Amino acid sequence: MGVNRRKFLKIAGISTLGAAAKPAADALAMNPIEWLDKKLGGFTVPETLLHFFHKPAGFTPGEALTAKRWVMVVNVRQIDEEIAEACMEVCHRIHNVPHIKNPKHEIKWIWDEHYKHALPGQHHEHIDEALKKAPFLVLCNHCENPACVRVCPTKATFKRKHDGIVLMDMHRCIGCRFCMAACPFGARSFNWIIPWPREGAGTMPRFRKDKEPPNPEFPTRVKGVVEKCNFCAERLAKGQIPACVETCQELCKEKGREPALVFGDLEDPDSEVRQLLRSHHTLRRKPELGTNPNVYYIV
Amino acid sequence: MLEKAFLGGRKYWILLVIFGGIIGLGFIMWLYQFRVGLGITGMSRDVSWGFYIGQFTYLVGVAAAGVMVVLPYYLHHYKAFGRITILAEFMAVGAVSMCLLFILVDLGNPVRALNVLLHPSPNSVLFWDMIVLNGYLFLNILIGWNVLSAERKGSPPPNWIKPFIYLSIPWAISIHTVTAYLYAGLPGRHFWLTAIMAPRFLASAFCAGPALLILLCLIVRKTTRFDPGKEQIQTLGSIVTYALILNVFFFLCELFTVFYSQIPGHIDHFHYLFFGHEGHGNLIVLMWLAFALMTAAIILLVVPVTRRNEGILTVACVLTVIGTWIDKGFGLVVGGFVPNPLHQYTEYWPTVPEALITLAVWATGFLIISVLYKVATTVKVEVGAG
Amino acid sequence: MYDGGKIITGVIIGLVFMTFPIWYTSGRAAKKPDIKLPVKEKQCVEPKEYMRVKHMQLLDLWRDSVVRVAQRSYVAFNGVKYDMSLQNTCISADCHAKKTEFCDQCHNYTGVVPYCWDCHIEPKEEPAEKPQAEEKH
Repeated sequence: MGVNRRKFLKIAGISTLGAAAKPAADALAMNPIEWLDKKLGGFTVPETLLHFFHKPAGFTPGEALTAKRWVMVVNVRQIDEEIAEACMEVCHRIHNVPHIKNPKHEIKWIWDEHYKHALPGQHHEHIDEALKKAPFLVLCNHCENPACVRVCPTKATFKRKHDGIVLMDMHRCIGCRFCMAACPFGARSFNWIIPWPREGAGTMPRFRKDKEPPNPEFPTRVKGVVEKCNFCAERLAKGQIPACVETCQELCKEKGREPALVFGDLEDPDSEVRQLLRSHHTLRRKPELGTNPNVYYIV
Repeated sequence: MLEKAFLGGRKYWILLVIFGGIIGLGFIMWLYQFRVGLGITGMSRDVSWGFYIGQFTYLVGVAAAGVMVVLPYYLHHYKAFGRITILAEFMAVGAVSMCLLFILVDLGNPVRALNVLLHPSPNSVLFWDMIVLNGYLFLNILIGWNVLSAERKGSPPPNWIKPFIYLSIPWAISIHTVTAYLYAGLPGRHFWLTAIMAPRFLASAFCAGPALLILLCLIVRKTTRFDPGKEQIQTLGSIVTYALILNVFFFLCELFTVFYSQIPGHIDHFHYLFFGHEGHGNLIVLMWLAFALMTAAIILLVVPVTRRNEGILTVACVLTVIGTWIDKGFGLVVGGFVPNPLHQYTEYWPTVPEALITLAVWATGFLIISVLYKVATTVKVEVGAG
Repeated sequence: MYDGGKIITGVIIGLVFMTFPIWYTSGRAAKKPDIKLPVKEKQCVEPKEYMRVKHMQLLDLWRDSVVRVAQRSYVAFNGVKYDMSLQNTCISADCHAKKTEFCDQCHNYTGVVPYCWDCHIEPKEEPAEKPQAEEKH
């Protein structure tokens, strides 16, 4: 259902100008920054002002998949090289993640690590050999308490309030890389070089022929911004589950395995992820740091 | 008063031209970086901050050190420092300018820098750093300029400037504390995750800054008719001594916790820096050198005979400046990133363009300092302080 | 007046610099914008007058709305819903199929260089220009 213009303005007027008494009482329950954040409905002051003086922002399309808190469960032993490769390939293809050979400039949204790197604190030499060598898929943990969001000086990276996904606004990122220093999982990549070189600077710049982005429906980016996994926010909006999960589940079905990647709502007690968390012992990466990661591993 | 900057001799102009040349070369390199991307530097996905942020961190300390002259003069009425407060303040102006430039050249998208103001984010320490650094720059220009013009007119500084002077004292502490908090609050970086980071930063600032100021004072004495004074330099020498000892002491405290607790996440960084790891050891020599230099400086400074000898004091100051520079401008930043959060070792070394850009920013700072010192010393000589 | 000569010379040099663009390009008027309107669509998301003046604000709004709060559907003045997307709704094969015949016309004329297309992908334009581009190599 859409919010019509008049209603929007009314809401915006009340929340922006702020009736002092009630919010002040509410505010006691939370810190001022949280309070302001709530008042602004996920936007920052300049955007809220823009919306106030112009037009309503719109609404979430009906077919979108929604949840209170999206999480992913990774069943490490179900993943072989082929599945891992397929997950990485599809993610990087549909998001136009550039393929850069120099490991120093590499951009990765989801990639395979070894157990000892993914869970350095949990490693010991007598771990099952198969597990030691298994491709251990790692990606942004979409932490409930993300350090990257806390340090960003422009709110270019932020946690989406309604479903907990941690996103990058690449329009806004100034490239200070504070978030890369803050992320305890190495999940963030910086565009050290021009990711999608353009041909000429004339009136019609097209991409260089050997560097044509594979998905024309998804944007590319400029050099000098940070990027990372977005839990396929653009696919969720269209009612699709994340691409890596979809591809992985198809492959697992072909191979007659249990689904190795499962995606769902942590707040829904009947969701598949909740069932998995009940029936299996799961690990998270560096839970002791208090960021509360939303990617769970069954080893 | 600024017209004094144009009334220099041949050597002064040659110096400015040299700085200008370095700036020009660095600017061309920066244009190249602006066009191609930060990939021209030695930084990488794993070591995402490098030389630029290291210099920035070091120079915030140099800037903050101005307070070591301002505080004794204004709060303890230590009259001797009245002669050199202006030099300390103008050094701070140059240092903060360099800090801001280093942040700017480090940004992936410098054209969007003002987003920090457009979308103010009080959660971010960088937001506060932007405020305190710009504030400190403003305060030092305001105070330095007004006090100097008053001196030139032969009148005491205007009363309205007093609150700003008192404000500048805690403000100086704040710039380096906030800069330490950039590092000390990041959950996954155990090398930096230590409460002693801010005290350590301040200690190294209060030895590196005054040591540099001593060197500048000696240059001023040699090249102008204004003598900053023997007593002043000796008192600064004592400050350097105390601060340098504190700096090394704090570092040893850090070492104790790290090596006695033996927690891998903490120990790995130190191990990499001082002993290397499986063939990765770019910084081993530098780190040992840094501590050798600082130890040597402490010995030269603690012994009264050597400290009172200005020649030896000069050597000790040079050792201090270089030692703390390696420790903070290089080891501190890189050490925090190696190993990375996944315990992989990617090394860092600056590239030539990166070094040239860095050099150009330093040249800009010293150009500012030279011009301001020219003004200050000329005024001092004019009013008969020489 | 002290240094009168120097001041007057300075003023003259300044004036020459300031008016440089005028006399340098005099007699060569830039080509007027020649906008080709879409064939398939008759109506833009908002009335023409609004779009002409406010398209940047609208796009800004769309951007923030999509990126930051996942509100991707836009209800236009006439109640029609649009997917808020520059590269999938506005400049797509279904509407303004060629960026060069729409955006660029006015932007080039007024010397505005928006950086939307540094990242977003405009629909491919095959004909005419292509051989030229190849000759350059």
